[in-house]
Amino acid sequence: MAQLQQDKDKLNLAPKKFNMWLFIFTSFMFFAALTSGFIVYSGGSTSRGIKIILPHAFMYSTGVIVVSSVTLFMASRAAKRLQFDKQRLFLWLTAVLGIAFFAIQIYGWSVLVKMGVYFVNPNASQSFIYVFTGMHLLHIIAGLGLIFNALSGSYKNIPQVRNLFRMEFASIFWHFIDIIWIYLYVFLLLNQY
Amino acid sequence: MSTIAVHGHEVAHHGHDDHEHHHHDTFITKYIFSQDHKMIAKQFLITGITMAVIAMILSILFRIQLAYPEKTFPLLETLLGRFAPGGKLSPDFYLSLVTIHGTIMVFFVLTAGLSGTFSNLLIPLQVGARDMASPFLNMLSYWFFFIASVIMLSSFFVQKGPASGGWTIYPPLSALPKAMPGSGEGMTLWLISMICFVASSLMGGINYVSTVLNMRTKGMDLWKMPLTVWAFFLTAVLGVLAFPVLVAGVVLLIFDRSFGTSFYLSEIVVNGQVMPFEGGSPILFQHLFWFLGHPEVYIVIMPALGISSEVIATNSRKPIFGYHAMVYSLIGISVLSFIVWGHHMFVTGMNPFLGGVFMITTLIIAVPSAVKTFNYLATLWRGNIRFTPAMLFAIGLVSFFISGGLTGIFLGNAALDINLHDTYFVVAHFHLVMGSAAIFGMLSGVYHWFPKMFGRLMDEKLGYLHFWLTFIGAYLVFFPMHFMGLDGVPRRYYAFTEFKSMARWLSVNTFITWAAIMSALAQVAFLYNFIHSIFWGKKTTQNPWNSNTLEWTAPVEHIHGNWPGEIPTVYRWPYDYSKPGHDEDFIPQTVPFSQTMSSNLPHDFEDNEAGLEAQSKWDLANKPQEEVK
Repeated sequence: MAQLQQDKDKLNLAPKKFNMWLFIFTSFMFFAALTSGFIVYSGGSTSRGIKIILPHAFMYSTGVIVVSSVTLFMASRAAKRLQFDKQRLFLWLTAVLGIAFFAIQIYGWSVLVKMGVYFVNPNASQSFIYVFTGMHLLHIIAGLGLIFNALSGSYKNIPQVRNLFRMEFASIFWHFIDIIWIYLYVFLLLNQY
Repeated sequence: MSTIAVHGHEVAHHGHDDHEHHHHDTFITKYIFSQDHKMIAKQFLITGITMAVIAMILSILFRIQLAYPEKTFPLLETLLGRFAPGGKLSPDFYLSLVTIHGTIMVFFVLTAGLSGTFSNLLIPLQVGARDMASPFLNMLSYWFFFIASVIMLSSFFVQKGPASGGWTIYPPLSALPKAMPGSGEGMTLWLISMICFVASSLMGGINYVSTVLNMRTKGMDLWKMPLTVWAFFLTAVLGVLAFPVLVAGVVLLIFDRSFGTSFYLSEIVVNGQVMPFEGGSPILFQHLFWFLGHPEVYIVIMPALGISSEVIATNSRKPIFGYHAMVYSLIGISVLSFIVWGHHMFVTGMNPFLGGVFMITTLIIAVPSAVKTFNYLATLWRGNIRFTPAMLFAIGLVSFFISGGLTGIFLGNAALDINLHDTYFVVAHFHLVMGSAAIFGMLSGVYHWFPKMFGRLMDEKLGYLHFWLTFIGAYLVFFPMHFMGLDGVPRRYYAFTEFKSMARWLSVNTFITWAAIMSALAQVAFLYNFIHSIFWGKKTTQNPWNSNTLEWTAPVEHIHGNWPGEIPTVYRWPYDYSKPGHDEDFIPQTVPFSQTMSSNLPHDFEDNEAGLEAQSKWDLANKPQEEVK
């Protein structure tokens, strides 16, 4: 019976993981739409465009989120090797780096405001910087939720199948939002003048 | 065979354990917060039908205004209060009616009502799964839809009335709360409702895709799936890719409305007051909207096409003509639907070269659509047609799809569109090709799968009455509109017959309104039939239409998990109707070739050397005798 129950869990988990991949497609389309919107808008007239050098903060945050992906990978590897203390440590590190990323992005906004680049702006290309980063931060919040979900599972000693599932669920999403940020940052860099 | 026996043994043991674990459904978990896909399908259907009736009544209200622009109807004031002062619709409320009619019909009825009902009901049952990939997400999908419906309808109760900028909510009307009465709270509620709706659609769509790709039963490879499942699958893919783009557009719109940004708003003066917006691009919203909006019309029509494929093949007692061509044309439509959105924007000052590109892609999409109609006709050709109500509605779909599709070729022309855009020609076109066609597909599905949903049959005579009145009514309503459009009559106008040059259309308007009232009354026959049959209809047998697909191998009584014991294995495609050499005119997908030796054909054994060998041995032993006979 226990064996059967576990088989059933396995059967149920694969499609759920697939759901996450599909969600990533929807999320990707969302950012693709925003960046396409930027291109259409900025191409409309020479008075539009970012027209500033982006704050350095965004460079630092990029570094932070890349490192957080590495720590999350270490956590997954530890979980697979049954080293649960290590898994928790790296999960905590990832969460802290994620929060740091969040803080640096907000700091980036404050730098933008000091530069006189406001969200409410007759040149909406500059408003787009806030939209990109803001919408991405919403994803970061969701990603942090998944990481804490994996953490709590690890502390509650849930069955290894489920532990790995939660880890993988969080990893797929976190690496994705990492890549999306790199995409957005490169996109902004290429358009900054 | 032996494996099945072994499994049966296990199941017998297992069944005993199950009894101990059996959780008793309370009323709430069974009928309200149900996670069973069959119950969720019914919830979607009944909510969808309710929304359809509401949207239909709205259309009758504005039709009355168009037919009798001078008259007053005191009853209207009694019913609508401040929206119809003196018994005459106010112009603002007229625009609200048009807007909400469009929104409800496109999104709430033909997207959620159609996909939500039939994808939920048929995907697990036809691919052989116990339930959706994530039943919980599926339940959430319904409840988000329900909340979206409630919010949308609640906008009738705010002071200034519902949104009234058209279902496409173009800025600036949608972005400036003070632009017109409907741009205020009504528009805010519209946006909140649509966000819930998109969340619902995405949750549903993700589930449908995942279930089709991951949870098919043994033997059900992609090329053995019924065309319904193919259609629902591709529809869900379109939804998953297109709806996020609408969200992106709406997010920027909300920033413009509530935060004062200028994504869509440019220098503008409202009521003599200069607004602070500068430099926005209203065309940007149209790009984002129609990048969803065009796939959306295929999200509406493709499930209907899938349903009619299944219904037409079953009731013609013939294999669907060109199964592979049908699938490839669905795929072709899906891919092309993402690169044609510009044809909604030919007259927005678009670069003529770009207009030419969109024109070509638009005309190309006529090819897979035509492939589908020809295949329907070829399936009907010399079939043993059974004119059940479902079959009539499926044939009605083909009729509307052709007559509405032909005008699409005119509208897809960038040059002709200069004349035809925003006229009643457009209204006639899309009401036939995606409105009537899709709703006929949905009704066809309701009549066909009603026994599967409720275990009872609908009344045929009422079904025929419903069909003929609706079919004739829809043509009487929409056909004359082509001529109005060719004469340049603009859509969405409150009283265009006041213009001298268009006054002559008043009689046609009156005629259309009475035809609309007739078709609306015909729906009473349907509603009576539907509700009455749920409780008192004739009990159905397990496979009332002698159909091949898997859902008819499940017992009539609904059980959570769909099949008692093992999920059936699939051996053949779903369209073995009237196969020569077989004693019955249908062979369900669960019948292995070893049981139908007299009707097997060489191409049934494409990847099966052993089977082919066994078949040729059997043929040698048995076929000559037949020839002697």
